[in-house]
Amino acid sequence: MAQTPPIVAAHGIHKHFGTLHVLKGVDLMVAERELVFVIGPSGSGKSTLLRCLNRLEEPSSGSITVDGIDMLSRSTDINAARQRVGMVFQSFNLYPHMTALGNVALALRKVQGKSRAEAEARARAALDRVHLADRAGHFPGQLSGGQQQRVAIARAIALEPRVMLFDEPTSALDPELVGGVLAAMRELREDGMTMVVVSHEMGFAKAAADRVVFMADGLVVEQGPPAELFGAPRHERTRAFLGQIERH
Amino acid sequence: MTGLDRFLDSFFNLRVAVEYLPKIIDGFWLTILLAFCIILSGLAAGLALAVLRSLGIRPVNWLIIFVVDLFRALPPLVIIVLLYFGLPAAGLSISGFASAWLSLALVLMAFSEEIFWAGITAVPRGQWEAARSTGLTFAATLGHVVLPQAVRMVVPPLTNRTIAITKGTALASVVAVPEILGAAQAGVSFSFNPTPLTLGALAYVVLFFPVVILGRWIETRFAWKR
Ligand SMILES: Nc1ncnc2c1ncn2[C@@H]1O[C@H](COP(=O)(O)OP(=O)(O)OP(=O)(O)O)[C@@H](O)[C@H]1O
Ligand SMILES: [Mg+2]
Repeated sequence: MAQTPPIVAAHGIHKHFGTLHVLKGVDLMVAERELVFVIGPSGSGKSTLLRCLNRLEEPSSGSITVDGIDMLSRSTDINAARQRVGMVFQSFNLYPHMTALGNVALALRKVQGKSRAEAEARARAALDRVHLADRAGHFPGQLSGGQQQRVAIARAIALEPRVMLFDEPTSALDPELVGGVLAAMRELREDGMTMVVVSHEMGFAKAAADRVVFMADGLVVEQGPPAELFGAPRHERTRAFLGQIERH
Repeated sequence: MTGLDRFLDSFFNLRVAVEYLPKIIDGFWLTILLAFCIILSGLAAGLALAVLRSLGIRPVNWLIIFVVDLFRALPPLVIIVLLYFGLPAAGLSISGFASAWLSLALVLMAFSEEIFWAGITAVPRGQWEAARSTGLTFAATLGHVVLPQAVRMVVPPLTNRTIAITKGTALASVVAVPEILGAAQAGVSFSFNPTPLTLGALAYVVLFFPVVILGRWIETRFAWKR
């Protein structure tokens, strides 16, 4: 197989919050079309790592390139670069004063400078990909949590990012709504989207992930294909964590 | 004359009322003009300061907080008098209308800045992050995502505060502005009869009753459901 350059290449990422050392030299490579799952105990720095990748957090040191663009360089237009990195949040964060269509179309218009008609056509297409074309005119308050999260996914993919970051996309959802969001993610994956997913949905990880990364205390402890990491974890920390998860 | 007759003659004297009604009506329009100027410039300045504050430039924010607290602490009448009688001493003459306008606009600016700022900070962090993650600039995020939500949240307190400060237009009578109260007082001193004050009170009711009702309507209309 020809070696394609990685979509995400993060090296030696450190992050301090004041005196708190949250990331202690994390490396993360994500190949094109790869789905990488990140797991680990609460406070291990998973969210912080994701947020460093699109520079919502400024790493204290290290290097990050996404699709060849140096995300940390002062000369990088961060707003242009961020369009290549879609992000989906635990709490959806839809704009409550805009319809689903408005939510998806906003950046298409204001960042990519598309006309209203073109932006809305693209927004509709993105909503269609998450099977919510019929909800385009609804406000977030009129949608279920699962539908809101799918609109949030549409908002991100409408910009045609090179990689999608998911930070616990289903944790805020009632159990019966999780399936729809996971289905949308799986379809994205089948369309060839590169994805980094922080989640506790181990079933999804086993079924869909190419690689699972286990983090603890701001470090990557071990990583590997899901069958390996779940079936035969090498580190004691990993075993303890997986044992805890299973008891839930 | 019985007591009732005397009372009616004092406060509801038809002859005096007819004579001074035109002056009161002039005052009515002047009050509206003054109120309009105050509301427009006061709210615009308050919003501008709140936006400036959101940039998070420390020394600028200290200055904003100082100015805001100053104008919230000073009684509006003191500011009006200070500008009207104080500025000429400094070589700058200012009309009564201008000093009332400027003073009350500054007070409304101060209070509305605090209210707008409270609205901006009440918008969840996640809204900023979602918008910035799609590549929106700080300004675009503020303008399209944060301010619409912030303003909507603060419409009720803002309406109340604006009405309260706008009623301060009556203070302009002190610096010889013939707005409603000024016109009424002038009428009283010329006619030696308080009926113009009755007219003035009526004019205030006519002017502010709809505003208060509107405020009430806005309050229910903008009750924010998520
Ligand atoms: N903005 C911040 N300021 C200060 N400390 C922070 C900040 N953001 C995160 N932290 C701290 O950094 C550590 C790692 O947080 P992070 O959210 O990355 O963990 P996580 O692995 O995502 O945990 P969880 O599974 O609970 O979401 C925690 O101790 C957290 O309290
Ligand atoms: Mg987290």
